[in-house]
Amino acid sequence: MSPLLAAETLGKFYGARVGCRDVSFDLWPGEVLAIVGESGSGKTTLLRCLSGHIPASSGKVRYRTRDGRMVALDEMSEAERRMLMRTDWGFVHQDARDGLRMGVSAGANVGERMMAVGERHYGRIRAAAVDWLRRVEISEDRIDDSPWSYSGGMRQRLQIARNLVTSPRLVFMDEPTGGLDVSVQARLLDLIRGLVRRLDLAAVVVTHDLAVARLLSSRMMVMQQGQVIEQGLTDQILEDPQAPYTQLLVSSVLQV
Amino acid sequence: MNVPAYNFAYLNEQTKRMIRRAILKAIAVPGYQAPFASREMPMPYGWGTGGVQVTASVLTPEDTLKVIDQGADDTTNAVSIRKFFVRTAGVATTGKTEEASVIQTRHRIPETPLTEDQILVFQVPIPEPLRFLEPRETETRTMHALEEYGVMHVKLYEDIAQYGEIATTYAYPARVAERYVFDPSPIPKFDNPKLDDCPALQLFGAGREKRIYAVPPYTSVRSLDFEDHPFEVQRWDQPCALCGTRESFLDEIVMDDRGTRMFVCSDTDFCARNRGER
Ligand SMILES: [Zn+2]
Repeated sequence: MSPLLAAETLGKFYGARVGCRDVSFDLWPGEVLAIVGESGSGKTTLLRCLSGHIPASSGKVRYRTRDGRMVALDEMSEAERRMLMRTDWGFVHQDARDGLRMGVSAGANVGERMMAVGERHYGRIRAAAVDWLRRVEISEDRIDDSPWSYSGGMRQRLQIARNLVTSPRLVFMDEPTGGLDVSVQARLLDLIRGLVRRLDLAAVVVTHDLAVARLLSSRMMVMQQGQVIEQGLTDQILEDPQAPYTQLLVSSVLQV
Repeated sequence: MNVPAYNFAYLNEQTKRMIRRAILKAIAVPGYQAPFASREMPMPYGWGTGGVQVTASVLTPEDTLKVIDQGADDTTNAVSIRKFFVRTAGVATTGKTEEASVIQTRHRIPETPLTEDQILVFQVPIPEPLRFLEPRETETRTMHALEEYGVMHVKLYEDIAQYGEIATTYAYPARVAERYVFDPSPIPKFDNPKLDDCPALQLFGAGREKRIYAVPPYTSVRSLDFEDHPFEVQRWDQPCALCGTRESFLDEIVMDDRGTRMFVCSDTDFCARNRGER
């Protein structure tokens, strides 16, 4: 078996400033990797490089396409890369407004990717939208409502449905529960965990919250000042952190 | 003084050459929005300066010009543009569709079938059909380049979800030559089938947005739709109250001060011909 996604000495520099540097890892099909760090640690920059939103300054990101080839993102045509992003990949933004089309109904938000890959049967799009809203616990009678009328938690669930409708194999998530109430966070994390397992999704989850990493991921990387300072199995790192910075994070957060 | 105040058809030759290059590019790539350096014209943008510049660039002294607005030759907009070309180009004008070699129009395509000897020039307010869902110009350009037209169906989906049918009745998007999705300007969707496989050259000018696009003669123009909600044109229960045709686009008009209403042809020339009044 070969990895689904591979980062090879990935770096992003803004002049002399380091966004992230020398990041290497393999992500396996169905695996959830958490990238943990405080703001400014480079985790979001890394996510944007991995997901092809910004070009890396050095190194490579390779992805195993559905036909089994390992292809470097920067060697794909723009058309291939954009197709990948709206079919085989998903991206869940921290602020749902960045990931949703706020000007159209919830149903249209879910159906858009199907239409983007050529579905031209309204009834089938509608049925898929109904099905996906149900799977993210949104009542069918809200299908024609604007996302503006949705609560923060519902918007986030809608964003997830919109991404999953094309059965992607890999989903990137940027602080998916950030900014939500604690009780809403817990429900959303349960939902994400259930979906990821049932659909055998691979995911890269960026979070500052070790509790999110613990609940969702099997493996994690800890970042500080643009570099990965520790990586391994999530349970192991949380149980027995090696780097002093990780020890500090774990002791300050998980004691509560 | 016999020195004309303007060059033929107002624009100088260099400007006309520039616009013709854009027109040729637009014809070569049907449905593609070719940029051009739109000029100030002695009329407001809302009056169709894009169409006027295109007409000025294709017009020859031998041409016969027809100008229509909402199907009629006698509205203020149509009269002003016709006068403008009479004054600056001295061309013959006509109200009869079959006599015209160049027809400038806003909001309609004539009911009388066009021929290979004719050019139809549309005035376009907003040329970009993707603008509704994507405000960024760089992004819409990429979407056209990569044929990413899924969002057009998002709009149609919304129509059906809200109204039970595709409620878009004007500026109904279509695909030209199975390639570019384009906005046929605010004509009723009733006119969309006339765009398809039309013997005449169809040119579209957007002055404010500085774009020209074209549907060359005998080019396929397919209106977007869903398999289970196919494209349909407007239909009326009654024929034209004046000429009795059931083949034309009807406007509802108020007849008298008691509010009596009736449906009549929006194409006034077509209606007059049916009544034998010309
Ligand atoms: Zn009539």
